[in-house]
Amino acid sequence: MTAAGQLRDREHEGALATLRRGLRMMPEFRRGLPVTFALALVATAGRVVVPIAVQQVIDRGLGSPAGPDLGLVSWVVAGCAVVVVLTAVAVYRMNVRLFRTTETALAGLRERAFRHVHDLSVLHQQGQRRGSLVSRVTSDVDQLSVFMQWGGVLGLVSIGQLVVATVVMAVYSWQLTLLVLVCFVPLVFAVRWFARRLVQVYGVVRERVGDVLAAVSESVVGASTVRAYGVRARTAERLDAAIDRHYRAQVDAQKVTAAVFVSGEFVAAVANAAVVVVGVLLGLAGDITPGTLVAFLFLVTLFVAPVQTASEVLNEAQNAVAGFRRVLDVLDTEPDVRDPAVATPDRVRELPAGPLGVRFEHVTFHYAPGARAALDDVDLAIAPRTRVAIVGETGSGKTTFAKLVTRLMDPVEGRVLLGSADAGWVPLADVAFASLRARVVMVPQDGFLFDATVADNVRYGRPGMTDHDVVAAFDDLGLGAWLAGLPAGVGTAVGQRGESLSAGERQLVAVARAYVADPDLLVLDEATSAVDPATEQRLTRALDTLTEGRTTLTIAHRLSTAERADEVLVVDAGHVVQRGTHAELVDAEGPYARLHASWRRSSAGEPEPAR
Amino acid sequence: MSRRRDAVVRRGLRHIRRAIAEQPRMFALAFLASSLYGGMTVASAYVIGEVTDRVLLPSFEDGATTGTALALSSVAILGVALLKILGILGRRLFAGIMSYRLQAEYRRRVTGQYLRLPLSWHQRHPTGQLLSNANSDVESAWFFVAPLPFACGALVMIAITSVALVLTDPLLALVGLVVFPLVFAANVVYSQVMSPRMQRAQQLRAEVSEIAHESFDAALVVKTLGREDTETGRFADRAQELRDGLIAVGRVRGVFDPLMEALPNLGTLAVLLIGAGRVAEGATDAGELVSIAYLFTLLALPIRAIGWVLADLPRALAGFDRVTPVLAATGETPYGPDAAVPRAGGAGVGLRDVGFRYDDGGRATLQAVTFDVPAGRTVAVVGPTGSGKSTLAGLLVRLVDPADGSVLLDGVDLRRLREGEVSTQAAFVAQSAFLFDDTVRGNVTLGAPVDDDEVWAALRVAAADEFVAALPEGLDTRVGERGASLSGGQRQRLALARAVVRRPRLLVLDDATSAVDPAVEARILDALRAGGTPTTVVVVAYRQATIALADEVVWLEDGRAVARGSHEQLLADVPGYAALVRAYAQAEVPA
Repeated sequence: MTAAGQLRDREHEGALATLRRGLRMMPEFRRGLPVTFALALVATAGRVVVPIAVQQVIDRGLGSPAGPDLGLVSWVVAGCAVVVVLTAVAVYRMNVRLFRTTETALAGLRERAFRHVHDLSVLHQQGQRRGSLVSRVTSDVDQLSVFMQWGGVLGLVSIGQLVVATVVMAVYSWQLTLLVLVCFVPLVFAVRWFARRLVQVYGVVRERVGDVLAAVSESVVGASTVRAYGVRARTAERLDAAIDRHYRAQVDAQKVTAAVFVSGEFVAAVANAAVVVVGVLLGLAGDITPGTLVAFLFLVTLFVAPVQTASEVLNEAQNAVAGFRRVLDVLDTEPDVRDPAVATPDRVRELPAGPLGVRFEHVTFHYAPGARAALDDVDLAIAPRTRVAIVGETGSGKTTFAKLVTRLMDPVEGRVLLGSADAGWVPLADVAFASLRARVVMVPQDGFLFDATVADNVRYGRPGMTDHDVVAAFDDLGLGAWLAGLPAGVGTAVGQRGESLSAGERQLVAVARAYVADPDLLVLDEATSAVDPATEQRLTRALDTLTEGRTTLTIAHRLSTAERADEVLVVDAGHVVQRGTHAELVDAEGPYARLHASWRRSSAGEPEPAR
Repeated sequence: MSRRRDAVVRRGLRHIRRAIAEQPRMFALAFLASSLYGGMTVASAYVIGEVTDRVLLPSFEDGATTGTALALSSVAILGVALLKILGILGRRLFAGIMSYRLQAEYRRRVTGQYLRLPLSWHQRHPTGQLLSNANSDVESAWFFVAPLPFACGALVMIAITSVALVLTDPLLALVGLVVFPLVFAANVVYSQVMSPRMQRAQQLRAEVSEIAHESFDAALVVKTLGREDTETGRFADRAQELRDGLIAVGRVRGVFDPLMEALPNLGTLAVLLIGAGRVAEGATDAGELVSIAYLFTLLALPIRAIGWVLADLPRALAGFDRVTPVLAATGETPYGPDAAVPRAGGAGVGLRDVGFRYDDGGRATLQAVTFDVPAGRTVAVVGPTGSGKSTLAGLLVRLVDPADGSVLLDGVDLRRLREGEVSTQAAFVAQSAFLFDDTVRGNVTLGAPVDDDEVWAALRVAAADEFVAALPEGLDTRVGERGASLSGGQRQRLALARAVVRRPRLLVLDDATSAVDPAVEARILDALRAGGTPTTVVVVAYRQATIALADEVVWLEDGRAVARGSHEQLLADVPGYAALVRAYAQAEVPA
């Protein structure tokens, strides 16, 4: 099993294994492949036809004892011209087929990988840098697509050309063919060695590109820090160093690439010289004609070209395979929280109708095997329609609690059940996602908004609502006046991540979104950052309406929330250490009284007593 | 339409000239190497022709050959090939270096501008745009340079070939005169048909990426509302559009590639047809025919290099057009000649009739703000959202300059101080803490000569010592890109330690404790106040705890400093202040 939060990683898998794995996951790609291959074979015919024409013209057209036979030359040239044109048509058909199948297959791959990222648990999603997940459905797939459009076609035709050129050469003269092949043997080894070097040097280039990107983003995102601390020179140095290292890596890589290309050219020259010498000797022995020998010199260039192309394509191919592997690794990572409707359809259940309570049965959770338990053997029940505040220091396990109730993660031991004494209890792991997400809603700390209008963002909680319904929802929440104050009311665009609104206003929209989803169990992760008081008041009122009549678990960072709750759960080091109403706990000896005192002091601005 | 095309061609040529002017030496070397390659390619065809004429055909006719003739043939073939290889090596290497140098040079210039230009310029430009200006735009602006010398070499080669063709046989030269312009024209048409399709594909790629970014950022919302299907649908729609766009690109390539291959092949066949007639007439010989036919085979690739350059020019121009405004941007912060007066203890701060407005010409953010903060005092700046508090904080450390009036440090206008002087006196901590991809130590010291004891002391003040000590490598732990491996509160505490370790005479906190638990915040504020040096502190805050820390409060409303006094005084005298503080206190702790 992979460690929690890690994607599957097969960095050292061979290229062929990756391709096999990929073909299994891209059924669209295999369709029609044989025809494409057949076209590729035809496509190479046009290339060998020219050397054959040269041979025919020299040997039979010009070299015939009866003097030049121009009629024959015309026929040969006309015939070959037809073949050249047909070849062009075949190449066109092949290209179009190849582009269509690969792009269709890659679009499918993109889509499946995208969906899979959403299916992975929050552990996986948070364990990866966001950028890395995005690149797996964007640039990694783009790289594959670029490779298929440039390298893939070239590679396919090159292989065909190599085969056809060899066959034609062998028909003309097996001795010379053997000679050419012998000349190319060292090149095969050289190319393999170069291939490894290429992977190395381009690996360095990629790393350096990353460094440059990071350095540039620091100079932009950290602009005010750079100025406030007068570290412009230091930042410039770091930037220039990163740019310079990138430049040097590029030059190193270019040296290797040039060497690869040139080695093919050199071998071709050696083969040409050898063909002339051996060809003349063979000709003297009566084995070949002068036209054959000249045609051979043409054929050698046809033979060299694919080898050179292969070395050119090689590096791109390595990149593409690495990208391919990264995409496949996402698809191969088993989601550790799976929808029972898909995973175990035989025992999938719906949540019982009516208000929902929560039961934890000896629930233990840790983020990685062997790590300290974030929740340790928690056993409790929360009655339906209670508003519960969960309090505790940072890292006490409050957030884990919330993630287990919403099944963003599954407990390592024990189980979580939802339901009520009257309607019965259902283990969370058996509840179909469709039922779960419709009845249980979480409002995360940072209520993310999409780059759309306020109405669209609220509708996200219940698709199909009209703008009128959205306005009504804001009115219900006491936010009608606020909404009316926006430049275009519900039609106001909120900007990327909702950045045209203030942090507090974003929360207002997030609350409205949860309100229209109309859940029976609500989990609120309270925002810690301060918002301006007017918004704060609106938010408090809106939350009161939202939580009315629903079972509510709030991860509380504010004293006021705990005070207003029906019940307070105090979590410390993975255990629920205290439970009761605010009034009961505040006067009792224990952690809540201490937390409360600290809150009060910080709100009132009194100094903390010496420790 | 055609005028626009002409404009693109003219601008493209100017852009090529620019590249050559920036790197004349590398271009000269690459061009020389490329010409050597071109010359040797033509020569190799002639060698093949000569060998056919002088060695192959006579040997076959005579039924005998000499060792010398064979040796000479081999030496000629190999010699020409070696020179050609030299040409290729030089061309590739120098062309690569030229293109990479241009990239590096422009990246340095662009990022140099980023560091030079004032913060107000940054605020006007979205981060994503600036990142791509320095990265992909610079890259695409100079991408065409790599095949440029090859293309120039190809022009030389075509010139040599044309001359040679005319000299050999004027009739055969006609074939060349038809085929070369055809190939060239096909290339031009190709680049014109292709570039809008490429741009569309690029645009769609960016859109696909945008959706993925947004959707994965929203992962928690998507998951908790069970909207995975909708999201996948949204993404799939755009991915299908991208697919169609890429297939459209492929269709053009699909036509062009076989065409480019067929044209030289048809040229070779034409040479054979006409040439055979000429040989029969005795106007030329078989060897020359072979040479010319061979040349056509070899020329196909170099001619395509011209196409590569042409095809890439629109993209290069688009990239360069996006980079130019950055390079041309002015507004560098002017610095004065003065050094800050080295004094012990807190710095005195003064604002004199300060006004500020953002460049978009909107309402003034600050108007005629005048007040003093005596050395060693702590002042809280309080006001409703949008009252100009953050702008005021930025003015105090000269992140921005006032439009009117002046900001004084120990009585000296900040604009009179030399570069770097303000930051030796004052430290600023923003609401969202920015960390560099460096170690904890590096982030606290930012290169200042501070020993580890002092770093730990600063971490202690910022209540960051415990978590730093628990990190795997302590002070040497790398915090990751923008401090990604730390929580928001931890980042903010490191940013506070960064300010504290410099023992600033003026500390400006712009709501810098908002992501810290109230209990921890109280500890940090206590430690700051209990510090040995009576630092002047200006805090922008909402929390009553923070306000209570201040000796005095300045009340901002609509960009004006409306009132000033102790917390109690303002509570009694200023209704707006009382309302705001109570509202917030109520939200925090209901009375």
